[in-house]
Amino acid sequence: MLQLFLHLLLLLGLSPLLPGVIGKTKALFAGRTGPPFLQSYYDIWKLFGKGLVISRTTTWVFRAGPVLGLVVPVLAALMVPFGSIGAPISFAGDLIFFVYLFGLSRFFTASAALDTGSSFEGMGAAREVTFACLAEPTVFFSFIVLARLSGSLSLDVMFGQALNTAWQSAGPSLILVVACLFVVVLVENCRIPFDDPNTHLELTMIHEVMVLDHSGPDFGMILYGAAMKLFVLGALVVRLVFPGSTGNVWFDTLLFSGGMLLLAVVIGVVESTMARLRLLRVPQLLVGTLLLSFFSLILLLR
Amino acid sequence: MDNYNPANLLLLLVILFNFFLLGSSRLNACIRTVAIQGGILSLLPLFIHGFSGHSLFLAGGAFLLKGLAIPFLLLRAIRQVHIRREMEPLIGYVPTLLLGTLATAGAFIFSDRLPLIEAHRGSLFIPVGLATLATGFLMLITRRKAITQALGYLIFENGVFIFGMLLAEAMPLMVEAGVLLDLLVAVFVMGIVMHQINREFSSMNTGQLSSLRE
Amino acid sequence: MNLLFGAFLFFGLGALLAVMPWRGAKAATFFGSGGAILGCLLGLVGAGQGLAAGVAETFFLPLSMPGGAFSLRLDGLSAFFLLPLFIVGLVGALYGTEYMGSGGKTRWSGLHWTWYNLLILSMTLVVTAANGLLFLFAWECMSLTSFFLVITEHNLAEAVEAGWTYLLATHLGAAFLFAFFLSASAFSGSLEFASFQVLGQLSTPVASGLFLLLLVGFGSKAGIFPFHVWLPDAHPAAPSHVSALMSGVMVKTAIYGLLRLFSFLPAAPPWWGGLLMAIGIVGALFGIAMAALQRDVKRSLAYSTVENIGIILLALGFWMQCRATGHYFAAALALAGGLIHLLNHSLFKSLLFMGAGSLMHGSGSRDLNRMGGLMRRMPITGVLIVCGGLAISALPPFNGLIGEWFIYRALLESGTVLSGLAAFFPLVLIGLLALVGGMVIIVMTRIIGIALAGEPRSSAAARAHEAGWRMWGAMAALALLCLAGGLMPVLLLQVAGRAATLLDPAAATLLADNAMSPWWLGIMAVFLLGCILAAYGFSRWRQGCGIVPSSATWGCGFAFPSSRMSYSAESYTELPQSAMFCSCLNPSTEDGRTIGFFPEAKSFSFEAPDPVLERLFKPFFRRAARVCSGFRGLQAGQLHVYLLYIFSVTILLLFWVGQR
Repeated sequence: MLQLFLHLLLLLGLSPLLPGVIGKTKALFAGRTGPPFLQSYYDIWKLFGKGLVISRTTTWVFRAGPVLGLVVPVLAALMVPFGSIGAPISFAGDLIFFVYLFGLSRFFTASAALDTGSSFEGMGAAREVTFACLAEPTVFFSFIVLARLSGSLSLDVMFGQALNTAWQSAGPSLILVVACLFVVVLVENCRIPFDDPNTHLELTMIHEVMVLDHSGPDFGMILYGAAMKLFVLGALVVRLVFPGSTGNVWFDTLLFSGGMLLLAVVIGVVESTMARLRLLRVPQLLVGTLLLSFFSLILLLR
Repeated sequence: MDNYNPANLLLLLVILFNFFLLGSSRLNACIRTVAIQGGILSLLPLFIHGFSGHSLFLAGGAFLLKGLAIPFLLLRAIRQVHIRREMEPLIGYVPTLLLGTLATAGAFIFSDRLPLIEAHRGSLFIPVGLATLATGFLMLITRRKAITQALGYLIFENGVFIFGMLLAEAMPLMVEAGVLLDLLVAVFVMGIVMHQINREFSSMNTGQLSSLRE
Repeated sequence: MNLLFGAFLFFGLGALLAVMPWRGAKAATFFGSGGAILGCLLGLVGAGQGLAAGVAETFFLPLSMPGGAFSLRLDGLSAFFLLPLFIVGLVGALYGTEYMGSGGKTRWSGLHWTWYNLLILSMTLVVTAANGLLFLFAWECMSLTSFFLVITEHNLAEAVEAGWTYLLATHLGAAFLFAFFLSASAFSGSLEFASFQVLGQLSTPVASGLFLLLLVGFGSKAGIFPFHVWLPDAHPAAPSHVSALMSGVMVKTAIYGLLRLFSFLPAAPPWWGGLLMAIGIVGALFGIAMAALQRDVKRSLAYSTVENIGIILLALGFWMQCRATGHYFAAALALAGGLIHLLNHSLFKSLLFMGAGSLMHGSGSRDLNRMGGLMRRMPITGVLIVCGGLAISALPPFNGLIGEWFIYRALLESGTVLSGLAAFFPLVLIGLLALVGGMVIIVMTRIIGIALAGEPRSSAAARAHEAGWRMWGAMAALALLCLAGGLMPVLLLQVAGRAATLLDPAAATLLADNAMSPWWLGIMAVFLLGCILAAYGFSRWRQGCGIVPSSATWGCGFAFPSSRMSYSAESYTELPQSAMFCSCLNPSTEDGRTIGFFPEAKSFSFEAPDPVLERLFKPFFRRAARVCSGFRGLQAGQLHVYLLYIFSVTILLLFWVGQR
């Protein structure tokens, strides 16, 4: 019970901090002061209190997008260990459910975008589903590497104690997996070099353009959901990099939170030092990542 | 497999560079990558045979040739003809990349079935060598430009060099001869490259060539 | 078994009474659909009993035909395939009563009901026949009745052409089946399935030959990859509930035949399974890529059937291969996955086809680009199509995930344990399957986003109206079944386990008592629904009790957006097509490039014909026609000459017999 409570507390409480840290890092690089760390909390809180305006064209699908965008990361988080705090829910084969759960939120986000009838949002939806299509096999291959190393098909064990020995026996593969999952974190959370979360230039965006028409509490839910998605996927990477455990729950929590903030800083650095890719290069890079994850698997096969 | 052996890590890097070479269209970056790849490979004799005069000679010779001389010449060549990208590969980048990965996977899976001596079983040299050979072949098959063709030869040659490493102890003379052969190949390659570029130059006017610039 | 005979009686009566010269279509519809519905209900009970009992029932009535006998057998496998047949048949009949009563379709309604009843009757016979000759007879009846159903609207040239393609494909396939049964009976000495057990002693090369005959013969009906060409034409031409029945059930009878007759063959060498897997994954990728390029809703769904059949085949092939190489655990998972996916597909594909029919009914077109905004005008149909779309995309909480989950687990199970080349193929397949899964989401969001969402793209779509209760009631029943499957996956596993008992007893016991039961999926699905409700409640609470103010969609500064500017079906798949698809799938476009500041009106057209049909079959048949035209001289057109042919053939045959 404590586990579940701690899990939800970390997820719900800490996730909006990540965008804040990323923003601060980027501001530092640009020589600005930047918004405060807690900006995302203010934003979400303010949006929850605001009124709602919806487009005349839309239907319930439009309202379903934010709902699913919020629910899916919460449910997915329950299957992922946060640091050495085990996952509250775990069963053999939950990695498949994990991947398809994110498919569900993508299904509704894309449908909601198309529901407005705006061509810009249609553009964003088309991009989102296409890129996710190429990212999904990467996730599977990375998970298979871990499944092979741990001999289990549940995320809790795959990202569990077995990682310590795995780093000794199959280091190169795991380095590649970390790289691939990091790319997945970037592409799934619409970060540079795949998407620019800041420009509100419709033609260059993916995720931002899909949510153009959302407002008020709905938009707040989207922001919150996006932060949690970043948190859940980032937790996988952080766990891979810091597989250890101190034995004390509170120390572990602290270690994990530190790891997450570090990840946010890294993302901020990547965003500050790289340019957004041309749209047609994005699929190429994703295919490259896919092949890299496949190669990490091949290294294990022999 | 000893994963943290520096030689093995270097070989894995070589594979990653192979992927990059197959997927990238920028000639400048490609040439640099081949140079780094060659440089890394030239360090290998030091790691596997220790610091002896023989290995130092191998490493130094290879480094000069693969890491410095040939890339320098190639870079100069592309600067002269103002080409910066391979524009139309015969097979697209993503399919070549796919083929390259399949070839690499094949190399890794099948290398243990080859009739090898016991000492080489399970080492990374054989699969990486095979994979690099395959990458070189793919470059040669799929690219049009003379420069990328030359790069293909160089990658191919890198693959042969990896194989040569295994034999360096058993047949030192052969390997040294191989390095000399490298030199020969290098001269040939450059000759071919310059010849082809010249021919392209004369058959195409410069205006068209510079229209390739962005 | 007695219930099945009752069902036969109702189907027969329905077929007979529907074709009587009644005045008006009402009576024909009443008797035709009534027969189908009552028959299906009886049959459903019978099939349920058969599944629950788990013992095979047989019926034998000798006929005076050589080799033929009216011999039936109802066992787990048959009952498993009867289940979707009667469910879809029942629901389709309900749907059809309204669908056939609208537009100009009433005049064909009587004859259509006859064929509909006969199609269900013949499919029931195919699945329960225990005699080769009876099986072939039922098989041919099924082909013919479905052919007549495809050309229901025979005033349309495209329907007739689609019908001919279908008839040709299915008959070429049937020729291979004839070859199979003839050679099988030569070995066993009888056409009774019971005597086919001796086929188990055949040598591997001979058995492989028989297996290939089966694969081509049934493959042309199932729409497996290179033989799928009839499918994307025939499904759109048929009335929607018939498409549902054909795509949901008839195509599966071919899988039934393959499995049933495969079970008589000796232990399979690994390459049989490998071949099936290869065909399966190529078909899945090809099917879903083509589905993304079609702007005809039903064509898109038909290609998605090709994809799903590919996945089913992949699972079954993996089962065969694992069994051949001794990985019984993975084999059991793969078999369960294949069977569950088969059952699920018949439910959600029927739902989607009926949904597409309702959309056509409402907007008067099958073209996605002429729909749009239908969710507002047909809310119930819209919700049900979204349910079907979620199910087919294998998303929780619907049933599609259950089958795919088992297939993934089978592949993972062997991929993580084996090493070297043996693990390589399952692992590649996982990646490709994930790619297919992602592409299904593209196809389904495209159908939902372009047809249902946004503004109407034609005046007909703007005037669209909701379908009547019989149409949406039929769809709602299927949607509920889909949801039930997702919430109670163990039930699906048990049903599939009954069918598996016959095919692979070892697998069935593994499935029955192992801890791999998909309980968790059901719990997670319930959990998901709960969370969605909570989040929805939160959203409603924050929204307040007043009316939500609404305004026009933000046009990014452009003040007069119109539906002509919104994303169309083609533009939605432009990026995936350029980024992922092989260039051989490229659609042909009539380019309408505009130049200058005040360009004149241009037109743009886009077509994605089947590359296999265009590049493989059409040239082949054209060449065949050219060769065969040399024999035109034989067709003299004079009775005497024909009689001479018959006479000379008889003489030749007599000689041949005398020689032996």
